[in-house]
Amino acid sequence: MTRRLADSKAVTALVTKLASQIVRHNRGVKDLALVGIKRRGVPLAERLAARLSVGNNSRRKRGQSPGARGRAVQSPFSPIPVGAIDITLYRDDLQLVAETPIVRGSEIGFDINGKTLVLVDDVVFTGRTIRAALSELLDFGRPRAIQLAVLVDRGHRELPIQPDFAARTIKTERSDLVDIFLKETDGRDEIVLTRVGSSQKPEAKSQKPR
Amino acid sequence: MRENRIIQKPESRVQKCGTASGERETMNEQTLNRVLLQGGTVIDPETLKESRADVLVVGGRIERVGAAITAPPGTEVIDCRGRHIAPGFVDMHCHLREPGREDEETIASGTAAALAGGFTRVCPMPNTEPPIDTEAQVRFEIRRATEAGYARVHPIGCCTKARQGKELAEIGTMKEAGAVGFSDDGSPVADPQVMRRVLEYCKAFDVPVISHCEVKELVEGVANEGRVSTRLGMKAGPDVAESAQAARDVLLAEFTHARLHIAHVSARATVEIIRWAKARGVQVTAETCPHYFTLTEDALADFDSNYKVNPPLRTEIDRRAVIAGLADGTIDAIATDHAPHLKGEKDAEFDAAPPGIIGFETAFSLGYDQLVLGKALSLADYIARLTVAPRRILNLPPALITAGSEAELVVLDLKAEWTYAPERVLSLSRNSPFLGRTMRGRVTAALLGDKLFRV
Amino acid sequence: MKLRSKHLLGIEGLDRSEILTILDQARTFRQVLDRPIPIVPALRGRTVINLFFEASTRTSTSFNLAASRLSCGCVNFSKATSSVSKGETLLDTARNIEAMGVDGIIIRHSSPGAPHFLSRHVKAFVVNAGDGAHEHPTQALLDSFTLREKLGSLEGKRVLIVGDIAHSRVAHSNLLAFAKLGAKVAVCGPPTMLPSDIEQYGCEVFYRLDRILYEVDVVNMLRVQLERITSSSFPTVREYRALYGLTAERLRKLAPEVVVTHPGPVNWGVEMDFEVADFSRALVLPQVTNGVAVRMAVLYLLAGGEQAE
Repeated sequence: MTRRLADSKAVTALVTKLASQIVRHNRGVKDLALVGIKRRGVPLAERLAARLSVGNNSRRKRGQSPGARGRAVQSPFSPIPVGAIDITLYRDDLQLVAETPIVRGSEIGFDINGKTLVLVDDVVFTGRTIRAALSELLDFGRPRAIQLAVLVDRGHRELPIQPDFAARTIKTERSDLVDIFLKETDGRDEIVLTRVGSSQKPEAKSQKPR
Repeated sequence: MRENRIIQKPESRVQKCGTASGERETMNEQTLNRVLLQGGTVIDPETLKESRADVLVVGGRIERVGAAITAPPGTEVIDCRGRHIAPGFVDMHCHLREPGREDEETIASGTAAALAGGFTRVCPMPNTEPPIDTEAQVRFEIRRATEAGYARVHPIGCCTKARQGKELAEIGTMKEAGAVGFSDDGSPVADPQVMRRVLEYCKAFDVPVISHCEVKELVEGVANEGRVSTRLGMKAGPDVAESAQAARDVLLAEFTHARLHIAHVSARATVEIIRWAKARGVQVTAETCPHYFTLTEDALADFDSNYKVNPPLRTEIDRRAVIAGLADGTIDAIATDHAPHLKGEKDAEFDAAPPGIIGFETAFSLGYDQLVLGKALSLADYIARLTVAPRRILNLPPALITAGSEAELVVLDLKAEWTYAPERVLSLSRNSPFLGRTMRGRVTAALLGDKLFRV
Repeated sequence: MKLRSKHLLGIEGLDRSEILTILDQARTFRQVLDRPIPIVPALRGRTVINLFFEASTRTSTSFNLAASRLSCGCVNFSKATSSVSKGETLLDTARNIEAMGVDGIIIRHSSPGAPHFLSRHVKAFVVNAGDGAHEHPTQALLDSFTLREKLGSLEGKRVLIVGDIAHSRVAHSNLLAFAKLGAKVAVCGPPTMLPSDIEQYGCEVFYRLDRILYEVDVVNMLRVQLERITSSSFPTVREYRALYGLTAERLRKLAPEVVVTHPGPVNWGVEMDFEVADFSRALVLPQVTNGVAVRMAVLYLLAGGEQAE
């Protein structure tokens, strides 16, 4: 049984909502950088970065600076840095999978030391992907803080990891499949929930297509 | 896997092949005063004729050969319908490892395995530890064989002392003790002056010098130098290492007017040299082994040391040349070069494994398959290479299937299909690449004097 | 994804897509090596052993580093300090080590086929680090990786391998790898150092270096063993350098885009003059760094995932 949770317009709205949550919480975008978890976390992070930069500009136009007044703001033309990480080498289930997964590589082209990193992914589920991402990021340096932003929080955590920003929280059965489609990777924006027979427990990895 | 003899009365022995799980009977021996081989086809490889005939053997001698013989009372009748009867084979080149390496093979286990393959006489090479270079050792081998009571042994003695290739061994006294040929096999006689002296000296005793042709300086490793050794990165030796020495030896034989026999011919060039020498009237004979007309160097692809043998397996061109050499008589005889090695030694990386293949129990079938069914030789001609040619070369008594002759016969089932299974091997060693292979044609019985061995 | 074989015994057993998979993964691991903390936990809990029956510091160190960078345990065995000198067979040695619990055996041995033999008798995966004159697959992979990174692709490129081809396992593996990646390969050496039927690899054969050196895109120099030069294969070192060495003079005449590789260690002044060390398009040092990344890729692909049976 398949149910569409969000269409293209709704997805855009969710991204906007996420962006404003991030800005509000951090009182602006100073020293902020985004890191997307491959694969779909990356285009999401890029969209967020674009919205955060636009927001930045438009606020400036109206004479406001994001966050506290009077503070120096970033130049409107310095884009917010976006990195991408592949968490394959940090997975806790590498020795359990039948075939060695392909590693796609991580690209973080900026120094993360002292920055506030916002880790971005499409869905948070068991939390193990995020745990792997955290281990990997900390091997790149020592950020001032790491925050987690997801489009969808679908519950069923197996580790004590919670998003700082979740555009939408939904209740799911453990066996449900929640699929996020993005234009950049799948040709369309859509969020779909599929209810599978409760006897089937999906492989954790199917929830995290990379 | 030790031979396990059970002496039973009346005069019946069972040659068992032991395995960890138990023992199976491979060969059964009976002493019989009267035996009638009934309903078979007798092959006379001297005349190359086949005829349906019964053979009656009394007291170890052939009493009658003819059609429809009635068995006198007390005769053991062996049903040979659909079978062939031939003279017992002679393996003129094999290794029995005793004295010195009785863990690999003994004279008893080897001669039993030989009988199972149809060989009623074998000629063990002298590269034992210590080597056979005096009459006392020749007598030792013959006595051990007599005690065992299986195939008869006609030793080959060393041609140089301790096979060192330097000084002549006591060829004359060894001949008188029963040696039938002389060779340093395993090694060539590298020094041409020494080889000349050996050839000359042997003339006095009318024995052949059996030459292991190998120019050691040309050989870096036990593989045929060529396409396969290059691809596998193996140290190797070119075929010219064999043919160059064969050329030297046939010319020395011509010069000295002596009798030369080239052992284990493997290369086309060697066959051509022997052909040329025979045409010139040189007294040269030659033998080859089943692996040289059955396998090629391609078998080495997995670095399987079961295929490691010296001389090495060569190309398809060489294999065909060996078969053609047999077909036109350039190569006179087929011998096995039966070379037992322990599993623990053979089961190793290629460079570390000793070369050699056991061969008694597979020789007949391989030759029947490749040469007779392969239409290179007629059945009678093929059998002649196994029995007539070796006897002629070594001056052994011919095995005649005529009244009055001593019984020395084998019974062959040419229609049989059988698989060479490790549990059935009578040799103490198991180093054969043919294990598990299904072959056509086999020896079902051997009759040596008054002893009948059923396989 | 998976390699077809549980072991890496040679380039012969790899098809083109498998080679490309290894090289693509190696690129990822090359990036890992540039991180501040160049270690990932991917093979945590696994152990490999360097079973080296021939001396080598470079290759065993490279595998050591590759394992460590993957958080994989690595122990070393060297023939000189072992009981092999007491007559222990290869098989016994390997079985004893396996009984101690290793997942993978990296073996270098003087007998061709020793890794193949081992793979038939142990449960661990086996990596061939050099077997006699047969193959040295990780060297060929790292050479291919280095060249692809530098040139973009080997497709259609002309590669020349120079030296003692007959006794070089690197040459054999490279011949196979470069051909599978679409390069046109030529070999050059004195006839005494070219093996029988080298043409079966589909390469052109040259006895004179100057006839071919200036027509190629890649020059792959091989190490010559000095003992072989003074034995029956070649007259003198001086003549070798003059006829087959990449001398300063030849270096100067190379076309501007030509790159030079060498598996190391280099006999400076014999197969290559000292000037080559400073030559900007000599890839000898990048080859070494890439070697760690390539070996990480190999270990990751063989050790990662469920162990088969």
